[in-house]
Order: sequence, then structure tokens, then C-alpha cells
Amino acid sequence: MRKLLRFLKPYTKETILGPLFKLLEASFELFVPLVVAQIIDVGIVNGDKAVIYKNCLLLVALGIIGLICAVTAQYFAARAAVGFAAQVRHSLFSHIGKLSYSDLDRAGTSSMITRMTSDVNQVQSGVNLTLRLVLRSPFVVFGAMIMAFTVDPTSASVFAVTIPVLSVVVFGIMLVCLPLYKKVQERLDGITGSTRENLTGVRVIRAFCKEQDEVSSFEERNALLTTVQNRVGRISALLNPLSYALVNLAIVILIYVGALQVDSGDISQGEVIALYNYMSQILVELIKLASLIITITKAIACGRRVQGLLEVEPTMVMPENGKNPSLAQGEVVCFDHVSMAYAGAGDTVLHDVTFKAARGEVIGVIGGTGSGKSTLVNLIPRFYDVSEGEVRVNGTPVKEWSTERLRERIGIVPQKAVLFRGTIRDNLRWGNENATETEMYDALRIAQAQDIVRSKEGALDAPVEQNGRNFSGGQRQRLTIARALVRKPEILILDDSSSALDYATDAALRRALREMPDAPTVFIVSQRATSLQHADRIIVLDDGEVAGIGKHDELLKSCETYREIYESQFRKEGV
Amino acid sequence: MAKQKLSAKQTRKTLATVLRYLRRYRVHILLSILLAAVSVGLTLYIPIVIGDAIDHIIEQGKVNFEAILPLLLRVALCAGIIALSQWLMSMLNNKITFEVVRDTRSAAFRRIQRLPLSYLDTKPTGEIVSRVIADVDQFADGLLLGFTQLFTGVLTILGTLVFMLTLHPLITLVVVLLTPLSLFVARYIATHTHDMFKKQSETRGEQTAMIEEMIGNQKVVKAFAHEDEALRDFDKVNERLRKCSLKAIFYSSLVNPCTRFINSMVYAGVALTGALAVLSNPTGFTVGMLSCFLTYANQYTKPFNEISGVVTELQNALACADRIFDLIEQPAEIPDAENAMATAQGQVTLERVHFSYNPDRPLIQGLCLKVQPGQRVAIVGPTGCGKTTLINLLMRFYDVNEGNIRVDGIDLRDMTRHSLRRNYGMVLQDTWLRSGTIRDNIIMGKPDATDEEIIAAARASHAHSFIRRLPDGYDTVIGEDGGSLSQGQKQLLCITRIMLCLPPMLILDEATSSIDTRTELKIQDAFARMMRGRTSFIVAHRLSTIRDADVILVMKDGNVIEQGKHDELLAKGGFYANLYNSQFDPA
Repeated sequence: MRKLLRFLKPYTKETILGPLFKLLEASFELFVPLVVAQIIDVGIVNGDKAVIYKNCLLLVALGIIGLICAVTAQYFAARAAVGFAAQVRHSLFSHIGKLSYSDLDRAGTSSMITRMTSDVNQVQSGVNLTLRLVLRSPFVVFGAMIMAFTVDPTSASVFAVTIPVLSVVVFGIMLVCLPLYKKVQERLDGITGSTRENLTGVRVIRAFCKEQDEVSSFEERNALLTTVQNRVGRISALLNPLSYALVNLAIVILIYVGALQVDSGDISQGEVIALYNYMSQILVELIKLASLIITITKAIACGRRVQGLLEVEPTMVMPENGKNPSLAQGEVVCFDHVSMAYAGAGDTVLHDVTFKAARGEVIGVIGGTGSGKSTLVNLIPRFYDVSEGEVRVNGTPVKEWSTERLRERIGIVPQKAVLFRGTIRDNLRWGNENATETEMYDALRIAQAQDIVRSKEGALDAPVEQNGRNFSGGQRQRLTIARALVRKPEILILDDSSSALDYATDAALRRALREMPDAPTVFIVSQRATSLQHADRIIVLDDGEVAGIGKHDELLKSCETYREIYESQFRKEGV
Repeated sequence: MAKQKLSAKQTRKTLATVLRYLRRYRVHILLSILLAAVSVGLTLYIPIVIGDAIDHIIEQGKVNFEAILPLLLRVALCAGIIALSQWLMSMLNNKITFEVVRDTRSAAFRRIQRLPLSYLDTKPTGEIVSRVIADVDQFADGLLLGFTQLFTGVLTILGTLVFMLTLHPLITLVVVLLTPLSLFVARYIATHTHDMFKKQSETRGEQTAMIEEMIGNQKVVKAFAHEDEALRDFDKVNERLRKCSLKAIFYSSLVNPCTRFINSMVYAGVALTGALAVLSNPTGFTVGMLSCFLTYANQYTKPFNEISGVVTELQNALACADRIFDLIEQPAEIPDAENAMATAQGQVTLERVHFSYNPDRPLIQGLCLKVQPGQRVAIVGPTGCGKTTLINLLMRFYDVNEGNIRVDGIDLRDMTRHSLRRNYGMVLQDTWLRSGTIRDNIIMGKPDATDEEIIAAARASHAHSFIRRLPDGYDTVIGEDGGSLSQGQKQLLCITRIMLCLPPMLILDEATSSIDTRTELKIQDAFARMMRGRTSFIVAHRLSTIRDADVILVMKDGNVIEQGKHDELLAKGGFYANLYNSQFDPA
């Protein structure tokens, strides 16, 4: 949490001025008992109405000044809190941009989104409340004590004893409760999870006759939650009664001491009332503080989670002065005994893979689910680092490349066809910021996507909704292919990205790719043997191992895995 | 908030239900109210005693200690009693709140297990979850705490009024006239900030959508090295959000200073009229009384500010209660018959079955079907033809509207649901795994399976090789809905689950749709072995699965329009032949 506070730095002025004005307001409030003492000791005792009028006007004036200070304080606090939250969101967004694929896998999409939305909102209201109120309470407490000392040091010693005792009680209870609140939240999350699970899995649970077991396990969790809640409840229920009793005990002693002081002629009756009022102010502030504690606690917990995400160090080390070698004539991509295991997973998903791809070649990658096809192509743009061996592009190991330059040379069409909100033009520009209209239409033509643009009103400026919802799966896929082609890549990776295309379009696409001037080296990942039949070479993967590399006809003869795949589909697709 | 308001009739009905649920706690609640009254009464009494004590401290040499000491003792005693009753009250309230929450959640969860699928299928999961979790919390907190707050608030106001009136009616008038001002101010600010909050939540929504899009597809963003541009766009929205949040938060935070300002005006008014009153009649209205009045002036305004909040909270709580009780009091499934069915032979007959989800849109009409023990039935047809509905009926997730379904000659409605479902093994296209270990998921149908049996089942379904490669093998914990497993892997686990318990009848709804063709081919053998001697219903789109079936049911618009073996149907050249040619025709 503490590290998050650095985001308040651009708002130093507000962060200081907010509480300062709040303190000013509180100090004016602290004068009120003194004014009342004046009314009693001078006005009433001497029967001087002018003094009474004057002092009552003073009370009104104090109220107005207090209002002005408070409004100013609220403004600065709101400014600081809102600005702080904006800073945190900005940093989170930019930090996530620096994480590697493995870091993203580990952090989890939904948790990152929660951190950026609801957690940051909670922290924002926490900061706002802290600036506005939390500093005010201790100030009023100590201010009241100091004012009491100016009235009468002897009586004020009661304050000096009461306040430390109260602080111990308040903070003690808070410290005990903090971890328990966290536990309550965890157990509540558990209950939420099991409720959701039971709803989504209702058919399976009923099919296996598990209803009763589910009820028992839910009730067990439910009872656990109630147990912690009771434990927190018992402790936090002590806070108000204890502070109330302590303050009133202090008042009793104070009035007694005050009486002794009046008797010996040290102070007046009005001053005893002033002292009593100061003690009452302390009580009011404590009660306010207690009700804030829960909100602040929640904000701190959320703040920790936000900070946790910010503290995820990008695991991929980028080279200081990354290389940017020019296009090699011969070998463009080279895998040299590459093995790869995902962080936190057990076995390797790729094992000892070696192959070379020359300029302009079309390489097919085939294999079953989980055989490592996507992993293999993800290593080329260095989305993941290999565990063993080396991946080279244009003869230079990818680890020595400037990652940005490397990825600029590669056009990727991911498995999931995603478009972003904006226009078709905006989406194509992802591939190349400065693409001309002609370049865009070229790319669309090769990707067999011309008719999509033509059919939409506004052509390139046709709107795209979030996630490209207003396009069909096949349309999205062709547009993502065009997006990758706009940058005229040296290497093009199609990660199972023609699965939503019909056979004719798929074939037309492959033909158009081949006819491109400066044809890129193409990697086509697919489960469909027909999509790869015409590739220059096919890499057959089986459980992360290379089962064979070669042309379709060769593999049919030499590679049993390939033959099985081919036959399983051939048989399916018609005898 | 407006949308959460209930009609007067609905409110009364919900209130009646709430009271019925709270009846168990009536002693607790009465006691809590009593303690609240004690604590409020004494809290109001203390300033009077202190005022009395102050009146005995006049000036040097004129302090009456004999009178002061008992008064102070009384204050201490009162404070002690107040603290004790406050503590006891919190404990009672906690007990009621937590127990009501626990019991309501349990009741809701139990009801969920017994609700007909026709209800669960039509309600979004998130909505029911939020009823069981958030609504229950709000209901208990809002209703019970809101109630005690309202009660103590009203009591404090009334008590203060009475005490003040007995002390000095005129000054009381000053307080009574000035205080409601703070209510008006609060209301005024609330209505005027409404639009700002709306703007804020809209902008926030826009930003959330952007976060979901960009963070959700962060890998694509990275693949195109688009991070900087994304950040630039994000910052634009971020800045707009900052501006409108500032407005909303600042203006709404004016409520407190403004009401506090009005409080200090009340205070000044009391000080003025009070001081003048002491001057005009020193014996009738003492300085001690003035001090007491000032304390009241402070206390009196506070409950007003609280009560306005409590009322909205109570309305909200009642709306939550309404949603929960609506769930808990939904009619459950028709109770089970007494008889359990033993292990089935596997003869399934459907006689003139009529069924529809919605009476206005008839679906299955007069379906007849007779399946002999051990037969393999493949069901094919276009989307929405009623394939999944048929499964819903066979498993008795839904009851037929007319006609009957029998297993081994016994009507489904004449046996317990459990005994029927134990006879079926079901794998659905929509795979569902629970959070827990891989092992937990596999043994759902046979909790006492040995490791050897589990591994044998996993080998048969070809899941063993990927499970073995997980960090902790069979003890790997997977998150809600399978976590990081691929769709194909999840499907393999669901198949393993059935391979382990091997019930006498099988239902396979697109069970291998996410598995690659080669693995599928390998599982086919295991499937074939499993289906031998077992009545099986198979929904599939892959030819190999359909072709070997004993009976193919071709469904369209809820009816079986063709029935027979693959070759017969092809030769007939009807709907099946058409479907077959369009769907399986290679390019």
C-alpha cells in the first residue's frame, strides 16, 4: 500500500492543502467551547448582554469560516483522490503493457480487470476519506487536549491520561480486526464460488445425484464464514461501548478536578463547561473514526492487490541495445534443439524441436489438441522464452533482437479473431500506422476481405463494435489476416486462423499469399490436413515432439502420426 | 434507487415474510430494543446530571462537594450501564444478523438444488449468485441495523425533545425550527449531484469496456506492438473520467460541511437564547441547564442526518429481501415417487410425448420411440430441432407435458430421480468441471474408486497423458470451470468421469466436439467397448459416430421425421440424405 502512495506525488499540493484546511476547520471548531465559556463567565456573570451578542455573532462567524475551510478541504481532497486514481490506472495499464505472455497467463485476465476497475475505485474512496476525515479525528482529539491545557493545566492532565488509553483501545481493536476482516472476505469469496459452480454445473450435479453432498459442503463453508464473522463481531462490538465508558469516566474525574480548581479559585464555572465540552468533542470524533475504519480497511486490502499487480516484474529480459538485422537471403527462421515448458506447469510442451525455414517458404504445422502447435509459433516473435535451445530469426537469436523491431517484421493472425472498437481503418492501422489506402486495399484483397469492406456502409470507415461483434466469425478472421498483411511482414504466422473459412476461401487465400511480391515466409498452424497439403514442408507434432517433417506425400508414406491424422479426417469428410 | 422501490402491496407482503423469518428471534429483538431504549434514555439523562453538578460549582469557595460527588457517581453508573447495554445490543444484533444471513443462504442454496431446471435455465447465473450473496448481506445489514438505527434515532429525537421541553420550551422552539434546514440542504445537494453521478458512471462504463477489450486481448495488443497507442487512447478516457469524477465527488461531499454549518447555527441560536434566558431568570434556568442544552443541540441534529440515510437503506433492504424470498419460495420440483429403480436393463420407450418450454411455441409433439436394451441411438438434425430437449426429458431434467417415458416399462415419474439418473452416464458438449483436484472431478460418479481404477479410466479416455504432464498429476488443483485446461482436455476429463463409473445407459451430447480427430479416433475404440451392451443416446455431427448406430433418429422441429439405419436412410434420399450431403461433403 505504501508504495502506491507515490502516485499522490503530482498532487502534493492538494494532499497537503486538503487536510490542512480540514485542520483549520477543526481548529475553529475548537474555539467554540472557549466562546461559550466567555458567554457564561463574562456575559452571564456580569449580566452584560453586549458580550453575549458579540460572542454569539462570533459563533456564527466561526461557523461560516468553518464552512469555507471545509468546502476548500473537500475540493482538494477530491482532486487529490481522483487524480491519484487516474495515475494508478494509467500506471497499471502501462505496466500490463510491459508484461510478457507468461506474466499475463499467471496474472489472469479477469483479475487484472478487477484490479483496474473496482479495486482502484475502492482505493480512491479510501484516499478521499483519509484526506478528509482520518487526519481530522486525531487532530481534534489532540487539539482538544491542547486547548484544555490552555484553560487549565491541572484539569487537563485528565486529558493527558485519557487519550493514550483511548488510543490503545481503538488501535488495539483495529489491529486485531484487520486480519479477521480479510478472512471474512476470503470465506465469502468461497461461498460465492460454490454458489456459482452449483448453478453452472446443475445438470452434472443432478446427473451424478450430488445434491445432498453439495448442500453439506456449502453449509460447512457457510458455518465457517459465520464463525469468523462472529469472532470479528465480538471484538469490534467492544469499540464503541469501551470508548464511551472511558470518556464518561474521564468526564466524571474532570468535573471533580474542575470543582476542586474552582473551589481554590484557579478557574471559573464557564471554564469547567469548556473543559467538559472538549471531552465531549473527543467522544464524537472517536465514534466518527470507528465508522470509517471498515471503509479504510477495505481500501487498504484493495490497495495491496493493486500494488501486487504493479510489483509483478516482467520476467522477460529485453536486450539493452537490441539488434535489428536485415532480411537474410537463406534461412529466415531456425529452431535449434528447442524445448519449452510453461512457467508453473510440469512437463515440457515442446521437446527438442529443430528445423529451418528459408525465405518465401510455406511451413505447415499440424498436430492434435495440446501437441504444442501454437507454442511453437509463439516462440518466433518471442512471446515466450525457450527453456532450452535457441530460436533464430535472420540468423540472430531472438533474445538479442530489439523485441519491438522483431515483432514489426512479423505478421500474426491469432487463433481468436479479435477486432477492436473503432473503424475498419483503425483496425488495419494496428498493422501499420502509416499504411496508405492502396496498401490497405492490397492487404484486404489478399485476405479475401474486399467484399466485406465493400458491403459495409462507409467502406474502410465502417464502424467496428467492441470485439468486432458486428462481424461474423469468418469476416473477423479475414479482417485479422488483412491486419497482419498491412505491415508487409517478412514472416507471416497463421495460428489456426482459417478454421472459420470455407474450403474455397481458404484455398483462394493460400493462392493469393503465394502470388504476393516479396512473398513472406509463412507458418500455417492447422488441424486440417487439407489446409496444409500444398505447404513446402509440414511439421508434424505429437505431444510436443516432432513426429516428422516433410511434404504431404512423403509424410503420408513415412510418418504414422500424419497418416493417422489424415485418415481420421479423410474418413470423416466423405468416403 | 428508484427502480428498487416496491409497490405498497408488495412491500407489505415482503414485510410479512420478513417478520415470519424473524419470529424465531423475537425475544432477541425485543431485548435489543429494550437495551437501545435504556441506552438512549441514559445517554440523554447524563447531560442533565452533569448540568446539575456544574450548578454546584459556582465560584471560589462556593463549591458544594457533598452534592457533586453523588451526582458524579450517578454519571459513572449511567455510563457503565450504557456501555454494557450497547455491548449486549451489538452482540444480540450480530447474532441475529449473522444467523439470519447464514440460514437465509442455506435455505436459498437448498432451494437451488431442488428448483426445476425450467427456472434455473431462464435466469442468468450472475443474477442468482448476487441474490444469494449480495442481496442477503444487504437485507440483513440494512434491515436489522437500519431498524435499530431508525429506532434509536427516533428515540433520541423524541427523548431530546421531551427533556428540552421540560428545561425550556422557548429555546426548544429555536432548535426545532432550525434543525430541519439540514435535511433540506442534504436533499437539495443529492438531487443536484444526480446528473454528475450519472455522467461519472457512464464514463466509468466506457472505460471498463475499454479495459476489458484491451486487457482481455493484451496478447494481440503485444503482437502488434500496439501498447503505446493503446495507452494513449486509454489516457484520454482516463482524463475524462478524472474530470467528471472530481465534479461528482466534490459536489456530493458538500453535504457534510453544509449540515455541520447548520448545526453550528443551531448551536449559536441556543447559546444566544439560552444566555438571555439565564439573565432574565437565573433561578428558573441555570448555567448548568444551558450547558446541558448545548450538548443536546449537538446531539439532536445528528439523528436527523442519519435517519434520512436509513430510510433509503431500509427501502433498499426490503427490495433485496423481496428478491431473496422470491428465490427461496419458488415452487420446487414435483416431489419424487417412493420407488427406486434397480439397475436398468436399458429398454426405453417414449409414448406420444408432448413437450415445450413455452406453451406458445410447441416443440416436441407426439414423439414415439422404442429403444431395445443395448441399442445405440444416434440423434441428428439441424440446430434447434430438439436434440438437447430429448436429453433433458430422458434425464428427467424436465417433465413431459403429455404422454410418458418409461425405462424397463416403468414411468419416469414413478421412480426417484436419483435412481433414474444413477442409471445414466452423461457427457455434454458444454463441459463442466468443478474447482478442486483432477481426481475430485474424475471420481464424481464413484467416490470410492481406487487409484488403479482412476488411471485405467483415464488411459481409456486418453486423458492420462496430459494429466501426467500437469504439475501435480492427478492432484493438480484446477480453478472454477477447469481453469487453464483447454476445451478438448476438459472434454476428455468428462469422458473419464463416465469411463470410471460405467452406468448401464449412456447419453453423449457432442461429447467429442472439441477433441482433435486423431485422438477422437482413438477414443472411439474405448467408446465402442463402453457402449457394448449399454443403451446409448448419441448426439453427434461426425459421420463415423453416426454411421455405426443401430438406429438413427432424424429430428426436425421437435419431431422424428426419419428413423432407420444409415444405409437405409441414405437410400431413401430424404432429409437425412440431404443433411448428410450438405454437411459432410468435402470441398
